[in-house]
Amino acid sequence: MNRGSGGGDGRLPVAFMTTGSSSFTEFIGAHSPELLPSRRLLPVGGTFEAPHGTTIVSLTYDGGIVMAGDRRATMGNLIANRDMDKVFAADQYSVVGIAGTAGLAIEIVKLFQVELEHYEKIEGTLLSLEGKANRLANMIRSNLAMAMQGLAVVPMFAGFNLPTMTGRIFSYDVSGGCYEEHDHHSVGSGSLFARGAMKKLWHPGMDSAAAIRVAVEALYDAADDDSATGGPDLSRRIWPTLAVVDADGLRFLGDDALASVVEQIVADRRGNPGGAR
Amino acid sequence: MTMPFYVSPEQLMKDRADFARKGIARGRSVVVLGYDRGIAFVAENPSRALHKVSEIYDRIAFAAAGKYNEFENLRVAGVRYADLRGYSYDRSDVTARGLANAYAQTLGTVFTQESKPYEVEIVVAEVGQSAEQDQIYRLTYDGSVGDEQGFIAMGGAGEQITAGLQERWRPGMSLGDALGLAVDLLRQDPTGGPERTLTAAQLEVAVLDRARPRRTFRRVAGPLLDALLSSEDPTTDVPADDDPTPGRHDTLTGESSPVDRPGPDPS
Repeated sequence: MNRGSGGGDGRLPVAFMTTGSSSFTEFIGAHSPELLPSRRLLPVGGTFEAPHGTTIVSLTYDGGIVMAGDRRATMGNLIANRDMDKVFAADQYSVVGIAGTAGLAIEIVKLFQVELEHYEKIEGTLLSLEGKANRLANMIRSNLAMAMQGLAVVPMFAGFNLPTMTGRIFSYDVSGGCYEEHDHHSVGSGSLFARGAMKKLWHPGMDSAAAIRVAVEALYDAADDDSATGGPDLSRRIWPTLAVVDADGLRFLGDDALASVVEQIVADRRGNPGGAR
Repeated sequence: MTMPFYVSPEQLMKDRADFARKGIARGRSVVVLGYDRGIAFVAENPSRALHKVSEIYDRIAFAAAGKYNEFENLRVAGVRYADLRGYSYDRSDVTARGLANAYAQTLGTVFTQESKPYEVEIVVAEVGQSAEQDQIYRLTYDGSVGDEQGFIAMGGAGEQITAGLQERWRPGMSLGDALGLAVDLLRQDPTGGPERTLTAAQLEVAVLDRARPRRTFRRVAGPLLDALLSSEDPTTDVPADDDPTPGRHDTLTGESSPVDRPGPDPS
């Protein structure tokens, strides 16, 4: 749009020098709108299948939050990918997990990550947690037309709120509605089963180790009843993606730590497949 | 009726250049210099909020002398340029050379076509995997680019400081020595008066630390800066870990966390 408006002499185009906005999305909307995930034109009618991401769970504990996702992407009745990561660091204090059309969702997450870093560099300060959650809602809202055509993206956002030093979880709907969730939440095809599991397993005052165990167990229960959610894959050694956010920032749990959690759960459920206790 | 006077292009350019140079010379100086583990930026700037040195991208930083509103505009344009490039290609495809070229074209066009040239001088620096791969570009008000080796000084006392750096800067200096040298030169009065005293509070100091993963830009302040500047203190480099204080991790102060967090007793 404004791409040549510098006069073709190689100087930075006008949109680069315009003052005011510290939003990267607004900047590329003005300068190169074709880069926005939501500006794609879709053919009318005709359905096609794109890989879908499945279950994400998140829960709070004393001093932070945990978010975990299974690794499977499905395309109809096929498994499109066995080891896809669906939980991403948004910045150093927040994490975003995605369910829905995988390609589009990953693009939105990538834009969201740049959006937060861009704001931080231009303004010299971190966005508040609500500010970040609202920016993401805005991106999902602009994706509504695509969602109506079957390319829906449903993220879940969680982070550590520095003013109160607690973890907070936000969920979204396809129209861009943003809702704060308490204690725990899950999105994706296996979310009903994961939610049921977390209702019984979550309790106030847990520490991070207990929260990690509950998150992995909820994913196990989701995979038990939902064919689109990947269960523990011991032979390939594929574990869920699990991020912990606390006052020290965000960290992804390493493979070795995850392996011992998953193996423990599998062992505990031998002869007790529902995990009754 | 007024007749337009004929002004020769030489005279026109000279007038504009003199105008820009005068504006830049009024500002305080900025020194950019390489050290063994990165690139250091030292500016005389009492403000904690209006920065002369800032982060552009993972391994690229920006420093400027001159008129604040003009170089702030260029800084924001640079962040947009870098983030757009990183978003549409890859983080590794954002280079200081590309950014320096874009700035040069912009400054050159403004110098010849707009009613007033920018009264700024800027540096775009990129820290490489080794000191030989470090790149420091200097851009002046008329769009000329210089690829500098090791150090640059700009602003009011730029020439005197450059002369001092030529004499005393050595490749492979430690951060402590490099900062000491920069402050020593900033302290001298260009008109030959007595040396001024510069405390840590009057300085804006930042580094591009070669060893850090991803974003390498960190500001240096507080007790850490005092320790680096003091000749008695053994500290010669920034720590590998960020401050434990919750919040934005762009400044290294050397202070430990003010909140007592539950955890194993260290004793």
